[in-house]
Amino acid sequence: MFKEVKKQLDIDGKTESNVLIATFDDDVTRIVPKDTNNVDYVEILKQVKEGTLTIKDAD
Amino acid sequence: MTLIKVKSRGTDNVSTRRNLIINGDMKVQQRYPIGTATQAPHNGYAGPDRWKTFASGGGVYTITQDSGHQADTGHDKALKIAVTTADTSIAAGDVYSFLTRIESNSLQHLQYGTSSAKSITFSFWVRATKTGTQAVFFSKQGTGQDYNHIKEFTINASNTWEHKTITIPGLTASTMVNDASTYIQAGWMLKYGSTYQGTKDTWTTNSHFTTSAAVNNMDSTSNTFYVTGVQLEVGDSASDFEYRSFDEELMLCQRYYQKSYVYETAPGTGTQHGFWSTGGHQGGTSTGYVEGIINFERLMRATPTITLYDHAGNSNKCARLATGVARYTNESISTSNINARGITMYSASGTAAGIVQGHYTASAEL
Repeated sequence: MFKEVKKQLDIDGKTESNVLIATFDDDVTRIVPKDTNNVDYVEILKQVKEGTLTIKDAD
Repeated sequence: MTLIKVKSRGTDNVSTRRNLIINGDMKVQQRYPIGTATQAPHNGYAGPDRWKTFASGGGVYTITQDSGHQADTGHDKALKIAVTTADTSIAAGDVYSFLTRIESNSLQHLQYGTSSAKSITFSFWVRATKTGTQAVFFSKQGTGQDYNHIKEFTINASNTWEHKTITIPGLTASTMVNDASTYIQAGWMLKYGSTYQGTKDTWTTNSHFTTSAAVNNMDSTSNTFYVTGVQLEVGDSASDFEYRSFDEELMLCQRYYQKSYVYETAPGTGTQHGFWSTGGHQGGTSTGYVEGIINFERLMRATPTITLYDHAGNSNKCARLATGVARYTNESISTSNINARGITMYSASGTAAGIVQGHYTASAEL
């Protein structure tokens, strides 16, 4: 479902923002909020827990 | 004196907003233009709004919003499944299905978890290539213990529209939390492997969604499976399908998915029609920070996943506009204050401009 998931920094360039930047299997990059009511974020957490996905640091 | 006979109201389900299913007649599809056959994602959405597909195994199928069924069913649109890569040897963990989910905060009147739990009746038109035993399933999932209920039905004639009605007894063993993340789901099994096969006609906490008797709809690239006119309502019998206008149905769908594009335009298409845009004035340009706010068309179910595009169709990019000079593509874009009502967008740096523009999709599906 995900090819890559990265953190994003806020405008100050230091603080980790409340979203993740995810490239999905369809090669479209999407913004996923860190909200456990969001099914994409829940799936990211599930795959991280299973060891099949690693969230990369922000660029 | 003229006497007027007034028909007494019976016990049938006659209230408005009877159908708990959104887009049961498949009339709304925002992600792709009508007739586009899209490979069904595993755990994702690619066809008529609110209808989710699962596809994990050696087989592949497409999902399409098909049209032209008025004479048979009373509906013009249908959800069409077409197998493009057959799977004749289903592994234990293979899954091929499609389903819809309904928020529990719209279902508290079912009184689940009490002795007064209500039965619900599922009715639909179906046209399948494979004859014989088929399976549908119903689940309560989300907060608390999951429960599943399997029902079988029969396809009597190949590639022929048939109307089916199935009643599911109320779930007395478990309450349903009143929130926006717990849900009931209802769906059709194209085929699931033995891991997921169990007993029909009973609520169970097992992860069973089909029976061993159900045919394999994935065993040939000649197989298709259509449904439309899907209704789920409280009670032990099916009433006539509750028709809603296109606008009503679209608004219901937009709680879960919406976009800035014109309805018929697929996200990612190169176009300026429907752009969101900040304000600005001629000559006011900067290579630095430009910010704008998107207010969604409707309040969404939850904080959505956002996709942003510039007017050339590049994802995770925006346009920076120098009024009267040029509109630049492929510019950087970031977000803050993301919530169910809207989002703040900013382009921290880029080509000298005074306005930031773009397209968005927002997905808060269950």
